Amino acid sequence: MINLIWFSMMFAGLVVAALTGKIETVTETIFSSSENAVGIAISLISILTFWLGMMKIIEKSGMINIVVAILRPFANFLYPNIPRNHHVMNAILMNMSANLLGMGSAATPFGLKAMQGLQELNGDPETASDEMCTFLAVNTSSLTLVPTTVIALRSAAGSLNPTEIVGTTIVATFCSTAVAITLDRLLRRFYRNGRKGRKR
Amino acid sequence: MLQIITQTMAAWVIPAFIFCSLVYAFFKRVDVFDTFIEGAKEGFATSVKLIPFLVGMLVAVGILRASGAMELIIIQITPILEIFNIPGEVVPLAIMRPISGSGALGIAAEILTSKGPDSFIGRVASTMQGSTDTTLFILTVYFGSVGIRRTRHALAVGLLADFAGFVGAVVICNMVFR
Repeated sequence: MINLIWFSMMFAGLVVAALTGKIETVTETIFSSSENAVGIAISLISILTFWLGMMKIIEKSGMINIVVAILRPFANFLYPNIPRNHHVMNAILMNMSANLLGMGSAATPFGLKAMQGLQELNGDPETASDEMCTFLAVNTSSLTLVPTTVIALRSAAGSLNPTEIVGTTIVATFCSTAVAITLDRLLRRFYRNGRKGRKR
Repeated sequence: MLQIITQTMAAWVIPAFIFCSLVYAFFKRVDVFDTFIEGAKEGFATSVKLIPFLVGMLVAVGILRASGAMELIIIQITPILEIFNIPGEVVPLAIMRPISGSGALGIAAEILTSKGPDSFIGRVASTMQGSTDTTLFILTVYFGSVGIRRTRHALAVGLLADFAGFVGAVVICNMVFR
């Protein structure tokens, strides 16, 4: 997918440049854009280094467990059919907390662990269970309180106030997560499990 | 009012978060500095790993923009987007966001450097980038890891939620930053 998109972007750019007589800008753009890209990556080093250091402290001190405790009622609402003390709940909660704190790289390992747990509870190992779909809906819409990467990117680009988008991001992320959870509940009936009564 | 709330929240949330994390860790007798270093070490490698993605995407977007092809695309779909008040410049980001995390990051970086991070477009792009995750990547990796083949409604939900997030981002930015 990404290959097709990148190809189309390059192809369209080169063809249009040739047709509109702007072909000399292409080489120029290649130089300036790639220089720009490396510049961004270099300035990301500073802020990312700081945040990854902080994340490690949160993980090691066990503060992440407090977040987990706060989120538990919400998780019980989202996954009513998972047995209360099944170990999969821990992984789900850790994944949620990591997403909330903008720890994308920490969220993925917890998420994969949660998927394994959900698979144990799944009746048909080739078809996604309701809980899996809910879990993925929450993850793809990614409820985030601290969008660390964007803040880093903004300060790298020389923003005077890199964190001013935190508030708007929280509102937007609530929009997408609310829509994801609602649609998941509505659509699960129409896309039923396994062989029996698959309406599609 | 909304602007004051979001700006105060934005100014306080991160320092307060750092303060609480450090104090908590200190009383839990974590070696805060050693632990900080342990985690921080990954910062360099993580950033450097992004270079190929950033170069590839920024060059592609750069050529698309310099050649005038971007404008042609934006003109085509602007009427649809005007219904939702979405500025044309963020369209490539909205298209890329669910497909590729690094690709979207590249486009967001490009918008921030060319339009300025504190411009309206820059703020909308930042909000969009931060508010959803890479739907296609998560579906592929998560379902792939346990061998699920029938993913039911997961893709539809993911993409529609992304769209809701983009519209939400534009609406809230219009309310707060205009």
